[in-house]
Amino acid sequence: MRYLPLNHDDRRAMLNEIGVNSIDDLFIDVPKEAQLSGAIEGLNDHISEMAVERHFHGLANKNMVAGQGPFFLGAGAYRHHVPASVDHIIQRGEFLTAYTPYQPEIAQGTLQMLFEFQTQVARLFGTDVANASMYDGSTACWEAISMAGRITKRKNVILSGGLHPHYVSVASTMARFTKDILDIGMPDENGDADMARLLSSVNKETSAVVVQYPDIVGNVQDLRALSASCAENGALLIVVVTEPVALGAVTSPGEMGADIVVGEGQSIGVGLQFGGPYVGLFGCKSKYVRQMPGRLCGETVDAEGKRGFVLTLSTREQHIRRDKATSNICTNSGLCALAFSIHMTLLGEKGLRHLAMLNHQKAVSLADKLHALDGVEVLTKQFFNEFAVKLNKPSRAVLHELAEQGILGGVSMERLYPGKDALENIMLVAVTETSTDEDMTRFVSVLKELVA
Amino acid sequence: MSMNNVGRPTAPNIGTNDTGPMTSTGNRALMLEEVLIFEKGGVDRSGVDLESVPEFTSRLGGLERTEEIGLFGLSEAETVRHYTRLSRQNYGIDLGFFPLGSCTMKHNPRLNEKMARLPGFADIHPLQPQSTVQGALELIDQLAGWLMKLTNMPAVAMSPKAGAHGELCGILAIRAALEARGDAREVVLVPESAHGTNPATAAFAGYKVENIPANASGRVDVDALKARLGPDVAAVMITNPNTCGLFEPDMKVISDAVHTAGAFVYCDGANFNAIVGRVRPGDLGVDAMHINLHKTFSTPHGGGGPGSGPVVLSAALAPFAPFPMVRKVGGEYHLVEEENADAEAANSFGRMVAFHGQMGMFTRALSYIMSHGADGLRQVAEDAVLNANYILRSMEDVLDAPFAASGPCMHEAIFSDKGFADGMTTLDVAKGLIDEGYHPMTMYFPLVVHGAMLVEPTETESKRDIDQFIAAFRYVVQRAKDGDASLSTAPHHAPRRRLDETAAARNPQLVWAKE
Repeated sequence: MRYLPLNHDDRRAMLNEIGVNSIDDLFIDVPKEAQLSGAIEGLNDHISEMAVERHFHGLANKNMVAGQGPFFLGAGAYRHHVPASVDHIIQRGEFLTAYTPYQPEIAQGTLQMLFEFQTQVARLFGTDVANASMYDGSTACWEAISMAGRITKRKNVILSGGLHPHYVSVASTMARFTKDILDIGMPDENGDADMARLLSSVNKETSAVVVQYPDIVGNVQDLRALSASCAENGALLIVVVTEPVALGAVTSPGEMGADIVVGEGQSIGVGLQFGGPYVGLFGCKSKYVRQMPGRLCGETVDAEGKRGFVLTLSTREQHIRRDKATSNICTNSGLCALAFSIHMTLLGEKGLRHLAMLNHQKAVSLADKLHALDGVEVLTKQFFNEFAVKLNKPSRAVLHELAEQGILGGVSMERLYPGKDALENIMLVAVTETSTDEDMTRFVSVLKELVA
Repeated sequence: MSMNNVGRPTAPNIGTNDTGPMTSTGNRALMLEEVLIFEKGGVDRSGVDLESVPEFTSRLGGLERTEEIGLFGLSEAETVRHYTRLSRQNYGIDLGFFPLGSCTMKHNPRLNEKMARLPGFADIHPLQPQSTVQGALELIDQLAGWLMKLTNMPAVAMSPKAGAHGELCGILAIRAALEARGDAREVVLVPESAHGTNPATAAFAGYKVENIPANASGRVDVDALKARLGPDVAAVMITNPNTCGLFEPDMKVISDAVHTAGAFVYCDGANFNAIVGRVRPGDLGVDAMHINLHKTFSTPHGGGGPGSGPVVLSAALAPFAPFPMVRKVGGEYHLVEEENADAEAANSFGRMVAFHGQMGMFTRALSYIMSHGADGLRQVAEDAVLNANYILRSMEDVLDAPFAASGPCMHEAIFSDKGFADGMTTLDVAKGLIDEGYHPMTMYFPLVVHGAMLVEPTETESKRDIDQFIAAFRYVVQRAKDGDASLSTAPHHAPRRRLDETAAARNPQLVWAKE
């Protein structure tokens, strides 16, 4: 028990000091019938550090690692290269093992970082303000919908067919209990039909319209007409970004009139991690700041007039506001926000723009190669680093065959939209800076055989 | 008026304990002030090298970014230095004792970090074919097995992202179960001794919240609770051990009464580290309880998270658990999601997050659990409780301990500000502790104790470290009782003096703007 510093003599001395005979005397409030005396059946006793490592290596070796071969999965989680310094810095004990900065005088490191993170996110999104991180993109999306309800006092929410189906699922789960009414669309490859539906559906009853940018099939669309229509009807436009690297290449949602922009920050600094932990991004117009969910870090001064940072507007938060709180966030994703912020600092504007164009160029290149194959059609016309591909057979089986040959080829739409037969031949292909020419060549040649 | 290195005017050092002259930079040896990225970087600076982009025709549909984004970059060397300097303005558990009650700041083994970073866990995609992630699914299944056995509960939902998210999961499962039997109950009862997040959770799930008072011994007033139970009550949310640091001895009586009234018992399991291996919540009649993996089974808190809040569920609630779930069929692990919901999952209340939960926390928790084993986890609870009671008994002659007569505390000890000189507050004691080199305890929480100070040592503190803390704590408390005016301007030696939180809230500056 290498983590426990007390030895037998310490425990004896402390029990004496307390004035009890045994440790059991400190558990007297637990009813007898609920006290466990011996071991719990089926649970092993402690093992050495080396034995734990062996066990974990055994489990890890059963998984196919993304970096092991050609890799083209996206759909809300993207594989990007993370500079070595990012993980090195977040493992400094003063960041890694600090708590929520409730004592600002000895938490300026975390607080200044969060202030810088908020500034970076706001600039990336084109919003006035941003918060200090949410759990992930999908829960941030729900929090945005909930916030729009508080602002507009309306219950009707229109979800674009281009919104990630798992985000739709999270919103549907919550709406079932909050009585929000969701109008949910289905994806279409160029987004035109979806946009027409959104424009014709928004009215004076609409609380918010939620669109993803780029959307689930990779499509990037101009949102200005939609934001104008929302403004005219008193509805809020919520834009969801699951691939923030895209914003190094395309016009920001804020510039196109979005009221709230939420996103998944995993792409920058955090890594794939089988789905979590990730970091939710959340920005909005400054007039809505007091309805924002989650933590906010603000600038102030100390008693000597020196600049410092504190968590602020916490009267909106659940530990104070109780049943009137603006969100479910308590623990957030501070360390992932730090990773995001360090990576963003390393990139800078120049690096982010370069990275974005590299992603886009590689995606265009692969899309053209795939489109040239018989039995393969690239459906998405305007995209950043991800696009939809239609095969001449069910995509799930093809992806399974690819995996057998060491290629992780994409995400089957059938997995995302169960029961929608029309989508079963479609897969989503994502390309990032980590995809080499050799990876793409091998992917194309194996796929060519599978669809022949 | 002098200037600090930010170029902003600073007032002279009034009332500080500084012994030497001011420095021209505002820095002190080894402690360097650090400006913001936006005050020293540039949009044309970068700390990454990327391969060049060949000529090509973009396919962005005319949406190319034309305006400057305003993201400032630094070289790699400058970046490392920036964040290293910032880190030195922070207090973390690696630096010393961190007695935040109800927050459970314990040692974070680096083995856990190493295991979580194995590429087989860190570099896999949530939507990879499931045949390629069998080891990851097996790990989730193993952790789930430990959680169910340690709590004696038949099911667990792994996906909630944090404790409060777990609370939401539990309440939604309760709501779904009630709806399934056509029972539209509207009220959730929350005792005063429960965590502050509980009422927020119940309200988020669409319930009306009613308080149940605490009795004089800091526990749920059982008679008041029983009197309020009725056909409109959906659930009772109890924190056990509660936020006064006490075990609720009538838990089984409460559970039986709640069940008789047709309602469910939600237990906030944030304090599970006090009883793990010694008490199983399932034996107390709990229907749902979240487990903060980051507290009980140690994930570094990272200055605000991430956490992870799996929820164990009773047989009555198990059918309503959220997607996804891991199941083993014929030797293969697979995820039950919307697409393949079998009969067993047909009543799932839905999905709470995009993917499968906090894999990075699952690895850390299992690593911690296996390192301790069942024998060590029991010792964890015992040492946490021993350390807390040792602090309680070592302080009660100088500090009011409102529930000291109610019996032993569990893993945290609570004190009040009774006996402080006029004008001296719990805040002053907290800031005084900073000057002594300690992170303060939790203050002004729970609300049932005036000027509350909630001290949680956890099991990873040595007797020597606790003795040193007690000596410092006694010294600062004595100053508060004596009305030592210099305490009300503490901290004097931290990177910052007291920060003006009122000004920050009145005129919120949330992003950097060039002056």
